[in-house]
Amino acid sequence: MGENPPMPAPLFLADQLCKRYGATTVVDGLTFALEPGECLGLIGPNGAGKTTTLRICLGLTHADSGCVQAFGLPMPEQAQAIKAQMGVVSQFDTLDPDFTCAENLRVFGRYFGLDAATLAARIPALLEFAALTHKAQAKPGELSGGMKRRLSLARALINDPRLLLLDEPTTGLDPQARHLMWERLQQLLKQGKSILLTTHFMDEAERLCQRLVVIDQGRKIAQGRPRELIAQHLEPDVVEVYAQQNQEVQALAQSALAGLAQRVEVSGETVFFYTLDARPLLAALNDWPQLHTLHRPANLEDLFLKLTGRQIRQEG
Amino acid sequence: MNALPSTPPHHWRAPQLSWRFWPVFQRNLLVWRKLALPSLVGNIAEPLIWLLAFGYGMGMLVGQVTVSGPDGVALAVPYLLFLASGAICMSAMNAASFEALYSAYSRMQVQKTWDGILNAPVTLDDIVLAEMLWAAFKALFTVCAILGVILVLGISQAPKLWLALPVLLLLGITFSCLALIFNALAQGYDFFTYYFTLFLTPMMFLSGVFFPREQLPALVYAVSELLPLTHGVALVRPLFLNQWPADAALHLAVLAGYAVVAFWIALALTRRRFAR
Repeated sequence: MGENPPMPAPLFLADQLCKRYGATTVVDGLTFALEPGECLGLIGPNGAGKTTTLRICLGLTHADSGCVQAFGLPMPEQAQAIKAQMGVVSQFDTLDPDFTCAENLRVFGRYFGLDAATLAARIPALLEFAALTHKAQAKPGELSGGMKRRLSLARALINDPRLLLLDEPTTGLDPQARHLMWERLQQLLKQGKSILLTTHFMDEAERLCQRLVVIDQGRKIAQGRPRELIAQHLEPDVVEVYAQQNQEVQALAQSALAGLAQRVEVSGETVFFYTLDARPLLAALNDWPQLHTLHRPANLEDLFLKLTGRQIRQEG
Repeated sequence: MNALPSTPPHHWRAPQLSWRFWPVFQRNLLVWRKLALPSLVGNIAEPLIWLLAFGYGMGMLVGQVTVSGPDGVALAVPYLLFLASGAICMSAMNAASFEALYSAYSRMQVQKTWDGILNAPVTLDDIVLAEMLWAAFKALFTVCAILGVILVLGISQAPKLWLALPVLLLLGITFSCLALIFNALAQGYDFFTYYFTLFLTPMMFLSGVFFPREQLPALVYAVSELLPLTHGVALVRPLFLNQWPADAALHLAVLAGYAVVAFWIALALTRRRFAR
């Protein structure tokens, strides 16, 4: 056995992807790779190019330049061989309204060329995984939003894929449904599956993803492990101060308090003080007893807002 | 790894068809099986009403219609038989068109069924092929129901009648290919109303379904020669009279030609639609 084994090829690689629609560049030189067993998150505001990137990864949209490889195979030349080993949950459900949950899984499995015996063995297990055993004979119209998403996830697992592509898997779900979805995705990671997911929920990204690629306007603006990214870009402590009126906001932001923080940001009627040490700031805030304050550690949401801005986007 | 600009594959490249179309066809079959019985009632009731109202009603007034038989010998045919042999072609046309427009559009655009399938190892080419064959199958099913009515009513019991089935399947294929072009272009269901009222309805009256085309003015007659339905009627009507159609190879070739060209156009336009 050689002492220096060759670098294993990444499970999935997107290299310098570019996509333009007319004068608008939607994806701009984007590069990322996925190692086996990893969960990589593409995060960015609405319109950042996440869905277009996923479409390129699936061979559905043609990149103007750059290339995609999965399992060592080139996309889109080997699209069918790649898709045979991949599971996809798109942003909007594409479940068949005329079929029951079990039929949805069976019909979708046939697209992969799976035979009846294989499907008969897999479907009950997948329904159980999706916590839908009791709904096996129900049609998607009778399911809640969370159940539909879990059925979509179960459907994406019908071919026992090595890699899952999930486009905003929990958008529009209530907290219970989101937590159940996260729990199931973590189970899949434990089983050794790899996940590429897009999201704009920072708690989701922090919980599931080992590594993040932050995208804005089609460009990668940061990447790394969630905790490292926060440490690298942000002060560890945040004090949020809620003002009563707009004038008060400006007064606060320009007061002596600002000198006690490394960075101050204003959003609406809230002032955010980013600081290495919150204690002097909190002490000083005792002089403003009428103000409502919140002291918390910096999180991924702060990072996201710092990198992509607090302004509401036109397209958002 | 290179970052060189790459040209997208051409929408007009040759169709790449495979057996992967079958599970997509099967999907439609499964949905339809759940609704087959009620739709069978409609499939039989509609032609029955047409045949009774037009055939018996008009038949009383018209009596017999003269068509040119084998070797150009004039042949008097009861109007009901004349109409039935044309109406079955019309029904094949309508059934295929309806399925490849309204139903295919629902699956493609409203339910996003096609987008779901594209996440599996099935190409858009195979999906379009499956939808095309499915609409043709629906036409064949409708035609079989009507044929049953025709046999039960004793309108025609010619042994060659059965040869009309493969011809009507081809007619269904031709019209589902044509309809899929408009499916690929549609931005909503309203668009299909134009297709039916501006294209299919005039074709119904110009193709010899209700009256012999010989009655048409010369210019309109020349136009009617180009219509696919004309060629379908020209093949099916003699079979209903237990005769061999004249110029059968020509008529079949026209229908097949329309089908191949229309399928290619439909596929190219569908690829363009999906290449966002």
